Amino acid sequence: MADVNTGGGGGHGKHDKKRAKKMSTKIDMTPMVDLAFLLLTFFILTSTFSKPKALDLAFPAKPKDTDKINKEKANGISILITGDDKVYWYPGQLKPESEVQLTNYSPKGLRMIFTNGNSKIIAKMNALRKEAQKWDYPMAVADSIFNAKSKPIKGDQDALVVLIKADENATYKNVIDVVDELNITDIGKFAIVDMSPEEKARLLTLK
Amino acid sequence: MPKVKMPRNSPSLDMTPMVDLAFLLVTFFMLTASFRAAEPVMVDTPSSISEKLLPDNYLLVNINKEGEVFYNITNKDVRIETLKEMGQRYNITFTDQQLKRFSVMTSFGVPINQLPGYIDMNEANRIKYKSTGIPSDSTDNQLSAWVLSGYKQYQINLAKKKSDAQAKNEAFDQKKLKLKFAIKADAKASYKDVKKVIDIFTENEIYQFNMITTMEEKPTAN
Repeated sequence: MADVNTGGGGGHGKHDKKRAKKMSTKIDMTPMVDLAFLLLTFFILTSTFSKPKALDLAFPAKPKDTDKINKEKANGISILITGDDKVYWYPGQLKPESEVQLTNYSPKGLRMIFTNGNSKIIAKMNALRKEAQKWDYPMAVADSIFNAKSKPIKGDQDALVVLIKADENATYKNVIDVVDELNITDIGKFAIVDMSPEEKARLLTLK
Repeated sequence: MPKVKMPRNSPSLDMTPMVDLAFLLVTFFMLTASFRAAEPVMVDTPSSISEKLLPDNYLLVNINKEGEVFYNITNKDVRIETLKEMGQRYNITFTDQQLKRFSVMTSFGVPINQLPGYIDMNEANRIKYKSTGIPSDSTDNQLSAWVLSGYKQYQINLAKKKSDAQAKNEAFDQKKLKLKFAIKADAKASYKDVKKVIDIFTENEIYQFNMITTMEEKPTAN
């Protein structure tokens, strides 16, 4: 049953020397490639290329700027943000006879108001944008030139001044939405300030 | 006419270039990927058309839906020094190991007396831990202290870097390394809570902020 190969018993002729089997020099790379592609897929899928985006926002220093804001109030508009995603606006200073109107965050709401009030600046900015398309500077240079050129346009005397006032029921999103609309309509002169008691009282009457 | 003989090709092809490429890409992604540590706070930011990226050096305040506040500052050395300074201020001594662990953490939102225990937790427990936010009301304004000492230590660190660069005659771009103040608030957070944080910054004479938002497409027709 269980034969033990004693070997060498019979003698296999002259070529008795053991010869190493010739191995192929090629190895099967398939598992390695599988692993490599698995890792590759993993890293591609998990890596997030995009860093978070940041929206620049400046707040007025407390005592210094209030005079300036009051002065500019005359040719500006105020946006009153309150709870339930409601937003009101009125032009100039708040007087008993001035009308506080309800608007909304849609393109036909705030954006219309801003576009109408800031049409001169928007036209100038659009002209600048068209001009910028013809530039053949490198990206970074073009960007800095564009910023330098757009600053005086946005700071122009004719530019609309917007005061954003949010009460305690407003959400952060509401405020960012308004700032975003300002950026869309090229308004550079704006400030986020506290709501005055008169404005709060006025809002109560509207609800 | 002689028969056209198709050359007999071996069915196995040489995969070496493909493998080379695959490994090159793997190496690239492995080296460039920086794993984002798990944040203790979930913040769903609002969207804006801003295309600007968040700068590399920032002091970040997270505000979640409930108005709880979390603090984070970049740069390891600055973190260690800030924690030391805060420890001195509130009479808490941190061990070297705690300082080291703190330097690689992300944002945190616990009162300073709970901080040593929070640092000692392992990663998994830290994520599970229910943070209550850093106290930021007027009676115990720890957030203000964090902001102030973080800013101070960053400036000290920057001055050191500058003198090092000058000693070696290297170029030094101070503008690029300037510390930016970022606020990452949840879209549903009350503006009142955000305002409270902004007031803390403005009290410390910081008026420029980067509000972190997700990008949305810019409307073209206007």
